[in-house]
Amino acid sequence: MEAVVDELPVILGAFWLTVKLTVVSGVISLIWGIVLAAMRVSPLPVLRGAGALYVNVLRNTPLTLIIVFCGLGLGTVMNVQFSRDDLSLNSFWLSIIGLSAYTSAFVCEVVRSGINTVPLGQAEAARAIGLTFLQTLRLVILPQAVRTVIAPLGSLLNALVKNTTVAAAIGVMEAALRMKNLFDAHGDAIIPIFLGFAAGFVVLTLPMNLLSGRLARRLAVVR
Amino acid sequence: MTGRGASVLYDVPGPRARLRNNVLTLAFGVVLLLVAYFVWTKFDEKGQWDGTLWQPFLRADTWTELILPGLLNTLAAAAVAAVLALLFGAVFGIARLSDHRWVRIPAAVIVEAFRAVPVLMLIFFAQYGGSLAGLVVTEFAAVVFGLTVYNGSVLAEIVRAGILAVPRGQAEAGSAIGLRKNQVMRLILLPQAVTAMMPAIVSQLVVLLKDTALGFVVAYADLLNAGARVVPANYANLIPSVIVIAVVYIAINLALGYLATWLERRSRRSRKIAADPAAAEAAAGGEVALMS
Repeated sequence: MEAVVDELPVILGAFWLTVKLTVVSGVISLIWGIVLAAMRVSPLPVLRGAGALYVNVLRNTPLTLIIVFCGLGLGTVMNVQFSRDDLSLNSFWLSIIGLSAYTSAFVCEVVRSGINTVPLGQAEAARAIGLTFLQTLRLVILPQAVRTVIAPLGSLLNALVKNTTVAAAIGVMEAALRMKNLFDAHGDAIIPIFLGFAAGFVVLTLPMNLLSGRLARRLAVVR
Repeated sequence: MTGRGASVLYDVPGPRARLRNNVLTLAFGVVLLLVAYFVWTKFDEKGQWDGTLWQPFLRADTWTELILPGLLNTLAAAAVAAVLALLFGAVFGIARLSDHRWVRIPAAVIVEAFRAVPVLMLIFFAQYGGSLAGLVVTEFAAVVFGLTVYNGSVLAEIVRAGILAVPRGQAEAGSAIGLRKNQVMRLILLPQAVTAMMPAIVSQLVVLLKDTALGFVVAYADLLNAGARVVPANYANLIPSVIVIAVVYIAINLALGYLATWLERRSRRSRKIAADPAAAEAAAGGEVALMS
């Protein structure tokens, strides 16, 4: 137990990195996912095809492979750099590319399923008053669609928090890798350390689940 | 205008809309080609399309010596973990519905706790905790442990949702003809629940298969390890090798995905079950389940 108390600043630092990974890649994948969803319902076959290809490839590839591709492929082989001297910053942003690329494919599918729940009459009424496709989507369909999928988006965010641990594969010192290091340093306190980190994840995800459930009820579209 | 969900968003194009669509198709096509060209040239600058880097994949021994052993290890870990996770899921899913509080509450705590913890942490814990207890934990065992308890907990929720989706009259009818509690569960509720939940179960097994790639982090000799460590160590071709491995993963997962859709269509058609598969799947998280 002392080990957890002694290392508390280190543990909190690791979770702060987890939070940063989650927030940054969450925002990027929300935006990119909505763009992908718009592509997949657009009248242009070329955009629909490109969106479908992206989603099917990314969804069926293991996240670990994507992160490794970003870290070793883009980072080491292709020499993509975000910072000349800070290696940890480099792997941080490379793992964000991987996490966002992967998560956005799921956001796209969730938003698309939300679009399917918007009644036909809404789109017809929007066209009847002369809105273009983009206006229909932006002003009528998407606001309703996103509101109906807040709960599933909340579960995605929950999954994203846990998925940030995969960044450990390219050496980002987030919670899981830090836990492994602490295991090495305190071989006698493995169970308390594990319970401490597990509690950290519960603390991160629990309020999020409550909040998304509450938001979903609050913003539900009354039909 | 009927049928596909997407087409409700726009009218059948008239002459002007058709012209506009054609122009936009051309424009976006050019943009997409430019993006593809940009990526292509960037990789080309680093010589990633060089034939010598791709050559190894045309030779049989690369596959038989380096990649297939990894694939077999991936499939072995996935198969063992899938069987154990299904058992774990069935036991804990039913335990959560028990009439006895001393069974129901611990089962709920275990399921909720394991669902909240990332698989990678469970794998690390299995390695270090196991050696603490004096066991020799191989990478295989650690990966299987992590995948089993995490996916087993998710499957427990799926099983529970499936059982709850069976109409109450089914269990009541079972009790009325004198079946005992475990007979009602075993003969009436579980078969219907599993049939209704089959698509969700298969999706979760796809997740499990994808997550075997986490073994890479603890140096389990799986398919990803073959693609990102073993083959590049021999031919210094990380990017081509990871791309080839990704294609293998995608092929396997797409095949399993089609199996899930086929099962779903079949269970929609079937009239033998009273549970509504769509309702049951929605209760278990639906689409989102695929992510982790």
